[in-house]
Amino acid sequence: MEKKVLMKGNEAIAEAAIRAGCRHYFGYPITPQTEIAAYMAKRMPKIGGTFLQAESEIAAINMVYGVSSAGLRVMTSSSSPGVSLKSEGLSYLAGADLPALVVNVQRGGPGLGGIQPSQSDYFQATRGAGHGDFRMIVLAPASVQEMAELTVSAFDLADKYRMTAMLLADGTMGQMMEPVALDDLKINPMPEKPWATTGTKMERKRNIINSLSLVPEELEQFNFARYEKYAEIERTEARAEEYRMEDAEISVAAFGIASRVSRNAVDAAREMGIKAGMIRPITLWPFPKETFKKSLSTVKQYVSVELNMGQMIEDVRLATECRRPVTLCNRAGGMIPTPEQVLEAIQKAANGGDNE
Amino acid sequence: MDAKRITLFVGHYGSGKTNIAVNYALRLAEAGRRVALADLDIVNPYFRSKDSLDDLTAAGVRLIASPYAGSNLDLPALPQEMYAVTDDKTLSAILDVGGDDRGALALGRLTPAILEENDFECLAVINRYRPLTGTPEETVGVLREIEGAGGVPITGLVNNSNLGRETTPDDVLSSVAYAEEVSRLTGLPVRMTTVEWGVYPLLSGKIPDLFPLDLQKKIE
Repeated sequence: MEKKVLMKGNEAIAEAAIRAGCRHYFGYPITPQTEIAAYMAKRMPKIGGTFLQAESEIAAINMVYGVSSAGLRVMTSSSSPGVSLKSEGLSYLAGADLPALVVNVQRGGPGLGGIQPSQSDYFQATRGAGHGDFRMIVLAPASVQEMAELTVSAFDLADKYRMTAMLLADGTMGQMMEPVALDDLKINPMPEKPWATTGTKMERKRNIINSLSLVPEELEQFNFARYEKYAEIERTEARAEEYRMEDAEISVAAFGIASRVSRNAVDAAREMGIKAGMIRPITLWPFPKETFKKSLSTVKQYVSVELNMGQMIEDVRLATECRRPVTLCNRAGGMIPTPEQVLEAIQKAANGGDNE
Repeated sequence: MDAKRITLFVGHYGSGKTNIAVNYALRLAEAGRRVALADLDIVNPYFRSKDSLDDLTAAGVRLIASPYAGSNLDLPALPQEMYAVTDDKTLSAILDVGGDDRGALALGRLTPAILEENDFECLAVINRYRPLTGTPEETVGVLREIEGAGGVPITGLVNNSNLGRETTPDDVLSSVAYAEEVSRLTGLPVRMTTVEWGVYPLLSGKIPDLFPLDLQKKIE
C-alpha cells in the first residue's frame, strides 16, 4: 500500500521543496500562503537548512538571488501583493540568468484586495513579472498532489534553463487538505552549475553574476540568447491535461482550482448529451498552444473559466488564432465559479450563443 | 455524557480540532447541557467554528467568537466574551484552541482560572497522517510545545487519524497502535478515536471509545 499523508497545499509545496534539495527559504508572511513559511520554520532547522523571515518581500527575493548565485536550490513564496513587491528581484534574477522557485498563492486584488482565492495574477506571471524582456516558467497545480509534484518540476526546470520557475496557485489550493503520496515524487539530482560563485580556489577564472550591462551591443546579444532559450522551452516544455477531448465540440479552458469546478461541469454536460471536454494548461508559460491547435479539429467553441476578469482567455484566442469563438465564464474578487455556472456557459456555447 | 465543565481541544495545526470541537459541542447540547463553544483560534483565518454557526445555533449552543472570525479580516483577535468560559460556572464550555504552540498561546489569559477551578479536560487531537506528527515521538514533541505555550496540562488524547475524504477503515485501524504508543510515551489515556459517520458502522465494536463525526462545511 502506498503511504499517504494528509497535507495542506501550502505544506505540500514546502515538503516537496525540501525533498527536491532546497535548503534555503526566505519569505515574509502573508495569507493565504503563510503555512509554507511556518512549515519551513519548523523543518529547516532540523535538517541543517536555512529558514529566514526577512524584513520584507523585497529583501527575501534578493536573498534568493544571493543563494542562487552560489549554485544552491532556493525559494521564496508569497501571495499576490507580496509578489508585486518582488517584481524588481524577479527581473534581476532574469537579467542574471539565475534559477529559483517563486511561489504565488494568489488572493483577490488589485491592491491589498482580500484573502480569498483568485487567479488574477495570470498576466503578471505570464507577461509582466518585472521590467525588461523576460519570461518565467509558470506551473499551475490543480491538486495538493500536484502542488508537490510541480514544485519538484519547477526546481528541475529552473536549473535546466537557469531561470525563475513560478508555481502559480491560489488560496483554495494552498488551504485545502488532501492525501498526498510524497514517496511518489521523482527527485532528480541537481545539475552541475559551473557558472556559480563557489570560490575559484585559484584554479579557474572567476564567475561573475550580474545583471548590469552597459554596452548595448552586448546587452542585445544577452537578450537574443535568452529568447533562443525561451523558444526552445516553448517547443519542448508545454504541458496540458486533456479531459474528454476526443470528440469535444465545446472545450473548457481552465487551470488550477477553476479546472476542478469545470471537470464536474464537463461531466454534467456529457450526461446531457453535449460533447464537452476540457483543456487544462499545466504550464501557463509556455502556454500549451499545440494542444489548443490540435483541438480545432473538433471544437466549435471554447469557454475560458477563470477566477479573474478574463486573462488566460487572451492566450486561448492567440493559440487558436481566433478561429473559434471564446467566451468567458468567471468570478472575481475571491469568488469561485460554481459547476452550475460553468455548465450554463457550456450549454450556451453548445447552443451557438454568445459568439463574441 | 460524562464530561468535565471545561473541555479544551488543542493539537497540531490541521489536526481536526475545530471539526471535533463543533461535533462535541453539538453532542453535549443533545445530552441536555447548556453549552458554549469558544473559538480561541488566532492562527487560521479560514475553517472556523463560525462556519457551523447555523448548526450550533439550532442546537442551542452559544458560540463565543471574535466578530472578526470568518470575516476575511485577517486579525488574530480573541472574543471579549471569552471570560464567560471561566466566569459562568453553569456553562459546559468547549474551547477550540488554535494550532500548535502558537495557537495555544491564546490560552494564556484563561489558564490561571482554568487551573484554579480544576474541572477541565484538555484533549490533544492527534493524526498520524499529518506529516509533522507522523511518528509518536514527533507527536509527543508537538504536544509538549503546546503545553509549554498554553500552560494547561494535556489530560487525554483524541485519535483523529484520517486522510480526509479518502479515509478507509483500515487507515483508522492501523492508527490505533500509533495512538497507543503516544499514550504509552505520555501516560495520557486515549479518550476517543474519531471517525466520520460513513466509516463508523464498519468500525463500531472494533475500536474502543469510537466517536462518530459529521464533517463540517469545507470547500470541495
